[in-house]
Amino acid sequence: MPADHRTASEYRRYLRQEMMPHILCPGCGHGIVLGALLRALAGRGVDPDQVAMVAGIGCSSRLVGYVDFCTLHTTHGRAPAFATGLKLARPELAVIVLTGDGDGLAIGGNHLIHAARRNIGLLCVLFNNQVYGMTGGQLAPTTPSFQRTATTPYGNLEPAFDACRLLTAAGATFVARGMTLAPVPLQDIMAQALAHKGFAFVEVLTECPEYYGRYNRLGTGAEMLLAQGRLPEAVADRLARKTFLPVREEGAGAAAGGQVRPGLAFGILHREERPELTEALRAASGGARG
Amino acid sequence: MSAGDRAVPPEVSLLQGNQACARGAIAAGCRFFAGYPITPSSEIAEAMAALLPRMGGVFIQMEDEIASLAAVIGASLGGMKAMTATSGPGFSLMQEHVGFACHAEIPCVIVDVMRGGPSTGLPTSPSQADVMQARWGTHGDHPAVVLAPASSQEVFDLTVGAFNLAEQLRTPVILLYDEVIAHLRERVVMPPAGGLPVQQRRRPAGSVEAYRPYAAADGKIPPLAEFGTGYRFHVTGLAHDERGFPTQDPAVIGSMQRRVQGKAERHRRLLPPAERLLMDDAEIAVFAYGIAGRAAREAVRAARAQGIKAGFFRPRALWPFPDDEVCAVAAHVRAVVVAEMNLGQMIHEVARASRGQAEVVGCLRADGEPIAPEEILAAVETASRRGAGAGTSHG
Repeated sequence: MPADHRTASEYRRYLRQEMMPHILCPGCGHGIVLGALLRALAGRGVDPDQVAMVAGIGCSSRLVGYVDFCTLHTTHGRAPAFATGLKLARPELAVIVLTGDGDGLAIGGNHLIHAARRNIGLLCVLFNNQVYGMTGGQLAPTTPSFQRTATTPYGNLEPAFDACRLLTAAGATFVARGMTLAPVPLQDIMAQALAHKGFAFVEVLTECPEYYGRYNRLGTGAEMLLAQGRLPEAVADRLARKTFLPVREEGAGAAAGGQVRPGLAFGILHREERPELTEALRAASGGARG
Repeated sequence: MSAGDRAVPPEVSLLQGNQACARGAIAAGCRFFAGYPITPSSEIAEAMAALLPRMGGVFIQMEDEIASLAAVIGASLGGMKAMTATSGPGFSLMQEHVGFACHAEIPCVIVDVMRGGPSTGLPTSPSQADVMQARWGTHGDHPAVVLAPASSQEVFDLTVGAFNLAEQLRTPVILLYDEVIAHLRERVVMPPAGGLPVQQRRRPAGSVEAYRPYAAADGKIPPLAEFGTGYRFHVTGLAHDERGFPTQDPAVIGSMQRRVQGKAERHRRLLPPAERLLMDDAEIAVFAYGIAGRAAREAVRAARAQGIKAGFFRPRALWPFPDDEVCAVAAHVRAVVVAEMNLGQMIHEVARASRGQAEVVGCLRADGEPIAPEEILAAVETASRRGAGAGTSHG
């Protein structure tokens, strides 16, 4: 279902304009992600009093300071756990978790997979810029193999997480991946995620020119953004050489390089119906909750 | 039960400390529990899992203790009175969020049933070795309110008290007891609903625009709105201003730090009083808390039977530390015997607060066994025999 782009333009009412200017670096992709989310909320006509946004620690998590909802900026990686308590106490609220790839997949990986397993009605947006930005460009669990960061000066020897496959396996009932290069499809993904009953997970590939781009000579923010358009090829290349993601291609064709299909899937990757936790709890207690 | 019922008798029950804790929490209005299984606290979670769904409350078992306290804070921001319970290793994991709750001023109750440590230690044996962790476990300056019950009845009463203090002060309150209190079954008298003083947090009454979640202009604890009630505000673990937004202004940070850090100190009058016994003419005072306090009470009575002028002082609130009371005790005794089940933690506070007025000696035990009255009696006898000593010694 496409979002309503007319009302979506009213997303600015969700911003705390008085908090500007923001702390994000020039060329950072995070604003595009937030913009897509806010447009989706505006397109659905969501009352800001009925939204709580919960974040961890990192560049993306700081975004909650700039949105005019009830906002909870928590500790590193723990946002899904705070959000779980809040959602259980106030199931009527739209509780949205903002997290980064380090926040959500390293220090907070355990909380994220358990929130997914519970299928509690949260929307979790994971900003994946493949690096720790706030602390100065260190290795993330999403940094592709052989890439350079502040703590991998000779290249990263570890493989990266595929967040969407991880969350699907953990039990998330809505899993999608978007990219900052395509904000309109991203907005549609956000709108569908907001409409989903259960744990919805949206990973967005975003860019950090200041650290990840600089360490790996990937150019300006705009150049990194445009490079996402070549992502299928780039990913195929990484698959062949750098194991950014596990190769899905079967047979010898993958290794030969000629038949490698893009391993990084975009769009809605997984959707299923399963009882949402707060509704299940209400049903189990015979509707005792007020 | 209708409002027309009069003189509902209190319920009397034989309860473990841990069961009394759950009953106290329910009586205080707690409707949310998040926890992670750990001996010797698990009976609290088990009791809450049975009780809460029947009262419209929520029980959830989280993936670890870090998440447990996070969920509790989230639920409290949602307007529910919330608690968690754990033991030393889990309490260590919770320290991150003890600091968050202190700094963001979110009311909640944390029960730490102490077992032998460090590390995995002695899961099924008592200790009192978390008293300093309860005060200083999380980083940074912060207020600490820590209550130490010594019986099932007191666990019930002080659990109610812990919720009341948490709501009144907008801060986490820690209930600290040990494995013996947790599992000892004793008679507990529980007043009927409405028969207990139950406090609620201050909530904002003014306009949404004027709401300042961290402003204490009138010297009171700032009101806390719950999420989803139209007051849109920001909560962060970063240093923040009166509106809750991050700030680097030294003047704002300095005054916020002092206000939050000083909350417990400024509200000492709300803390449960210490138990005193035979202190009027005492020459030897025994300072003990929790289960060790019960052994100490027996030791003091036995010492009196021998003609030793011994007295007994048992704080029910360990933090903020009863400086003035301990100072006054030290002023008119020769020696203070500190009996605790660790290798010497509160003894340093007693020595500090005594200001050299009395000899401070320890009766310390840290082998997984509860301290016995005979051990404390022996320490009292020794202190008595030494006569009028001067100065302070530890251990």
